[in-house]
Amino acid sequence: MQLSGAEITIRCLEEEGVEYIFGYPGGAVLFIYDALFQQDKVKHILVRHEQAALHAADAYARATGRPGVALVTSGPGVTNAVTGIATAYMDSIPMVVISGQVPTAAIGLDAFQEVDTVGITRPCVKHNFLVKRVEDLAETMKKAFYVATTGRPGPVLVDIPKDISQQVTDFLYPAQIEMRSYNPVVKGHPGLIRQAVQMLLEARRPMVYAGGGVVLGEASELLTRLVRELGVPCTNTLMGLGAYPATDPQFVGMLGMHGTYEANLSMQHCDVLLAVGARFDDRVIGNTRHFFVEGRRIIHIDIDPSSISKRVRVDVPIVGDVREVLQEMLKLVAETPQRLDPVALKQWWHQIGEWRARDCMHYERSDTLIKPQFVVETLYQVTGGDAIITSDVGQHQMWAAQYYKFDKPRRWLNSGGLGTMGFGLPAAMGAQLAFPDQVVACITGEASIQMCIQELSTCKQYHLPVKIINLNNRYLGMVRQWQQILHGNRYSESYMDALPDFVKLAESYGHVGIRVENPADVEGALREAFALKDRVVFLDFMTDPTENVFPMVKAGQGLTEMLLGAEDL
Amino acid sequence: MRHILSLLLENEAGALSRVAGLFSARGYNIESLTVAPTEDPTLSRMTIVTNGSAEVMEQITKQLNKLVDVVKVFDLNEGRHLERELMLVKIRAENGAREEIKRTADIFRGRIVDVTDKTYTIELTGPRDKLDAFLEALDPLMILETVRTGASGIGRGDWIMRA
Ligand SMILES: Cc1cc2nc3c(=O)[nH]c(=O)nc-3n(C[C@H](O)[C@H](O)[C@H](O)COP(=O)(O)OP(=O)(O)OC[C@H]3O[C@@H](n4cnc5c(N)ncnc54)[C@H](O)[C@@H]3O)c2cc1C
Ligand SMILES: Cc1ncc(C[n+]2csc(CCOP(=O)(O)OP(=O)(O)O)c2C)c(N)n1
Ligand SMILES: [Mg+2]
Repeated sequence: MQLSGAEITIRCLEEEGVEYIFGYPGGAVLFIYDALFQQDKVKHILVRHEQAALHAADAYARATGRPGVALVTSGPGVTNAVTGIATAYMDSIPMVVISGQVPTAAIGLDAFQEVDTVGITRPCVKHNFLVKRVEDLAETMKKAFYVATTGRPGPVLVDIPKDISQQVTDFLYPAQIEMRSYNPVVKGHPGLIRQAVQMLLEARRPMVYAGGGVVLGEASELLTRLVRELGVPCTNTLMGLGAYPATDPQFVGMLGMHGTYEANLSMQHCDVLLAVGARFDDRVIGNTRHFFVEGRRIIHIDIDPSSISKRVRVDVPIVGDVREVLQEMLKLVAETPQRLDPVALKQWWHQIGEWRARDCMHYERSDTLIKPQFVVETLYQVTGGDAIITSDVGQHQMWAAQYYKFDKPRRWLNSGGLGTMGFGLPAAMGAQLAFPDQVVACITGEASIQMCIQELSTCKQYHLPVKIINLNNRYLGMVRQWQQILHGNRYSESYMDALPDFVKLAESYGHVGIRVENPADVEGALREAFALKDRVVFLDFMTDPTENVFPMVKAGQGLTEMLLGAEDL
Repeated sequence: MRHILSLLLENEAGALSRVAGLFSARGYNIESLTVAPTEDPTLSRMTIVTNGSAEVMEQITKQLNKLVDVVKVFDLNEGRHLERELMLVKIRAENGAREEIKRTADIFRGRIVDVTDKTYTIELTGPRDKLDAFLEALDPLMILETVRTGASGIGRGDWIMRA
């Protein structure tokens, strides 16, 4: 059957089982929008800014594990999308981005709304394609989905010139695709896996450090089984939260710059470290030289060889899919009666218990000022710990990570690698579309929320009843905190003056707005908001403007050089 | 340390810029880069001369392998290999100097490929240090123009690199 390039594009999405596509129309994609109009299988969500289309598609992927899809026009459509593409790239999120391009004959002539999309996006995509012949379109789409979702996932962009979307050809969607230049390794090296298990079983101070790769690789259950079977402590990165249940006694909390005292000290002082789907980020292992003051042996499981021995040299590198490798490890553990030395392990837990007793997450409660930590703790209780939480970037993001205890993966959606303010609200939309019956809340700050506030309109149009938890401290709080600690209290441009009335703003979009000024009203307001199941509720919590995030490891310092509270400043 | 990397990559528009972009984005050095299609027109063979510590070379190799258009990467330093570069030099060659230049070219097995009454253009192939030595053997004031291709490399013996 002969179809136009535009029709082929949509048919490919159908073949891939794509439910939603997030986008914004324009000249170069008019044929594709026309094809969308004439079918009803793929549903289009019209956002209010292309950045939001990308974040929503990205969060859809984070929440479901299926690739997110976005559609933007050439030129400004693409440049607006770049922040969202880079956000997904840094966190290894599977996405397919379709962009319109000027007609092939006009490429290179500074045509209206022409940008070098492949060039602009090249450093922030896993791969990208410019389709030059309509005959190549279906196969290119197949490749895009294949590359985006296999190996280390990531965004893939397909740039389609307008004339290609208009030309017709036979449509045939390849059932499978092979690329000689792209063959991600899945199975880990059996010898190394054996060595890793032996090393773990002989450890006296073992530690498991699990990251986003465990979530991406759907391996939380396997990880949990292994950690419990061995009786060892486990920490998660910001991206890994939920990979291991936060309420489990073997969980020592998040590690890193704003990680717990016990997690960071266990990392520093363990003798065998198992790193799983985590990439030794600089916000996790601040100063690698300080990290190696203590000797330890490191096992590293990662599907991307370039994540291994990038910042930190490891002893047992295992390239492979975390599911496959953990399965093999569990098998080996089951085959041997050997377990870790119980005396040594008990001593280690005793030591960790002492570190825990520092109670680093303690904060001063107040009857007069709303403490942001208290809002998150109350949110956790009110939602039964079972909401999908998205966040923006700043102090509120860290408090969300620290005080909302994620027991399951894909419940915590945030921009860790790029740290993109503006992510939270569109992300909540993507998650709500994926799970219409789930409670979805966006923990944000008064600055971040304003970066994609226009999406309140999209929420209205598609009846997406997300709850916005605005921790309104009237400051670019995270910036203010660094200025206080590192720049002599010189608060350069970090006060958020002239804030809008968020309650009225929410109302003008047709939503409910609630301002909360007293600690005593926090729980009631939250309950009221969540009772309004089919409405967007914007909760504007006026929080303590001077509160800081602790513990804190200053950039470039060692993991154990932590500020634990205001008294350490 | 100086390393010479051999790559097979898809002969597609944009593949070169992915490789070049990777080097600039991650701050790796490129001393030279050559590329041309192979006997299989869908594949290009690229030789990159770079330098870095063992750790940096490990990352460069891994990052190159990660590029979807790259089929194979091999660090030729890991085995015995041949390295050749082509140079064209235009030299001021007037009156008395002509014989001397020709003799020097002969010693280096260079060939004079173009002549005017004032200049010689000499073609020379060899490993980098041979080309350097030739230039050093000439009076710098006589050198009018040099064009070098950068190194191409291939493994010695039976070892072959294929897709
Ligand atoms: C304000 C702010 C503060 C921050 N503070 C902290 C902090 O205190 N602590 C912290 O941890 N982070 C913090 N971050 C986040 C930090 O910047 C990084 O994003 C994060 O640490 C990276 O997490 P990760 O190591 O789990 O890697 P990810 O970015 O999640 O990468 C996943 C890894 O797993 C691999 N992988 C993917 N799929 C698979 C698979 N199937 N099998 C095997 N491997 C796979 C990938 O190749 C990659 O190496 C902060 C960010 C911000 C914005
Ligand atoms: C797009 C973007 N610009 C700038 C920054 C730098 N930045 C990180 S946190 C932050 C302040 C965020 O303020 P707010 O949203 O109010 O959160 P708070 O820290 O006060 O909780 C800024 C400006 C960023 N992460 N993203
Ligand atoms: Mg703020």
